Amino acid sequence: MKNSNSLKKSNITRKALRKGAVYVFLSIWAIAVLFPFYYMLLTSFKSYSSYNSEFVPKLYTSAPTLENYINAFKAVPLADYFLNTVIFTIATTFIMLCVIIPAAFAFSRLEFKGKSLVFTLFLALMMIPNELVVITNFVSITELGLRNTFTGLVLPSVTSVFYIYLLKESFEQIPDELYYAAKVDGTSDFKYLCRVMLPICRPTVITVTVLKVIECWNSYVWPRLITDNEAYYLVSNGIQEIRENGFGRENIPAMMASVVVISLPLIVVFLIFRKKIMEGVARGGLKG
Amino acid sequence: MEKSKSKAWLYLLPAIIFLGAFMVYPLIDVFIYSFEEGYNSASQSYFGTGTYNYLYILHDPYFLMALKNTFILVLVTVPLSTLLSLLISLALASVKKIRGLFQTVYFLPYVTNTLAVGMVFMILFKKTPYTEGLVNIILSFFGQAPIDFITGPYWAKMLVLCVYTVWVVMPFKILVLTSALASVKEEYYSAARVDGTTSFRIFTKITLPMISPMIFYLVITGFIGAFKAYSDAVAIFGTDLNAAEMNTIVGYIYDMLYGNSGGYPSYASAAAIVLFVIVLTITVINLLVRKKHVFNG
Repeated sequence: MKNSNSLKKSNITRKALRKGAVYVFLSIWAIAVLFPFYYMLLTSFKSYSSYNSEFVPKLYTSAPTLENYINAFKAVPLADYFLNTVIFTIATTFIMLCVIIPAAFAFSRLEFKGKSLVFTLFLALMMIPNELVVITNFVSITELGLRNTFTGLVLPSVTSVFYIYLLKESFEQIPDELYYAAKVDGTSDFKYLCRVMLPICRPTVITVTVLKVIECWNSYVWPRLITDNEAYYLVSNGIQEIRENGFGRENIPAMMASVVVISLPLIVVFLIFRKKIMEGVARGGLKG
Repeated sequence: MEKSKSKAWLYLLPAIIFLGAFMVYPLIDVFIYSFEEGYNSASQSYFGTGTYNYLYILHDPYFLMALKNTFILVLVTVPLSTLLSLLISLALASVKKIRGLFQTVYFLPYVTNTLAVGMVFMILFKKTPYTEGLVNIILSFFGQAPIDFITGPYWAKMLVLCVYTVWVVMPFKILVLTSALASVKEEYYSAARVDGTTSFRIFTKITLPMISPMIFYLVITGFIGAFKAYSDAVAIFGTDLNAAEMNTIVGYIYDMLYGNSGGYPSYASAAAIVLFVIVLTITVINLLVRKKHVFNG
């Protein structure tokens, strides 16, 4: 009796130890993820002189200052980069929705000859890497004289076959009876789409919108190719510009303040739409 | 009925126009470019067709360096990040408390700007006159002399790039594997436990086969993603990647197209097609291997 009791006990301690080890392991990765964010926030509150006087960087600051944030908006046109990115993001996302919603509607609800063929061709386009088409797009936009314009920035970024696919799947969940009932009432297709389908599929529409917003906010390659006028820089190019030419000398605290300002909007969006974003990405959203 | 048919095309029209103009046409065009020798975008003329562009880039030391860097990056980061994300997802699946919090934290790098956070990594690794950088200071506890990670030896720069790349790709992998693990039916585990199966056996005989399609999916997408690496390198080493010896294939394409050494869409096209062929080959090999080894339940 005594024996089996101690056996149980050792079993329990072993389990507890194992559990503890798992938590330690998970915490180590959590720290690896969070530390760069902490370090950037911390550095952004250190003054230029105190940052440079620390041979061993301190992991806290006793005299936080907002001077870097003021600097970030005054010394470099961070506010302009920010505004450009907002305009670019809103325009691209809005036009994309206007393009993909009707397309998804046609694929899910309407009948026409060659539907499955066209849909297969659309899906095939999903396999094409962006690097392959960006060259011609760059040449076309340059030849059209659309460099350093929002039109040139936005137009090639508005279609996404993946989002059409995602929306189509969601539209198809709606029972056919609703459509026929609406038809009997004399509702037009367009009205049915706006009044019935979109409200029902709101969660998917929001997911698609948020994913596109993240993509736009982080886009770097296309904006870099198509803009060389600082007045049209987006935040990614702005940060690169700040790093290479901004703030005169290597003012790392001010750079970190800019990085915080740039990263914050997406972190807020993420915390609000956490579930939707993670669901959407798990279904096949790929970075870059 | 005739009317509704044309209406369907009307709904599709915007998508077809955009895809046609910015995907289908460029796709055809890039092949044409790659065979046009000495194409000049100013005069829109070229003096011949042939494989000269391919021969040129295959002899360009910058392209060969980009090729080498990209392959190292792929071979190091894809296995490493897949294995690490598998370990983390398994650990996540075995705990209940604060699992949601861990998941949220782990996903954070996915939504942050690669360029912006890359700068933080650069600073952590960078040696300046003022400080040796946090990473070097930690290494010095282990008796390691400071290493110039950002402008120093090749292997040190590659190490930083690999570390950052792994950090960037982990969120997606953890997310996919966590959902794959959650979808394994509880009955299998209960049945195995009733039979007194050891947890290692449960893992190799139940968990691994059940999530193997997802692991495979991650390996393929990981390969494709790593072959297209570019902005991570820019984030750490700046835009002049050739000078930093850290260029990637995609970086080479963009440098050929635009920037200090730019203006050669033909070379860029040839490089893009080489990249496409490599990615395609690896995807096909992966699919062939998959047929043999993956459990399709």
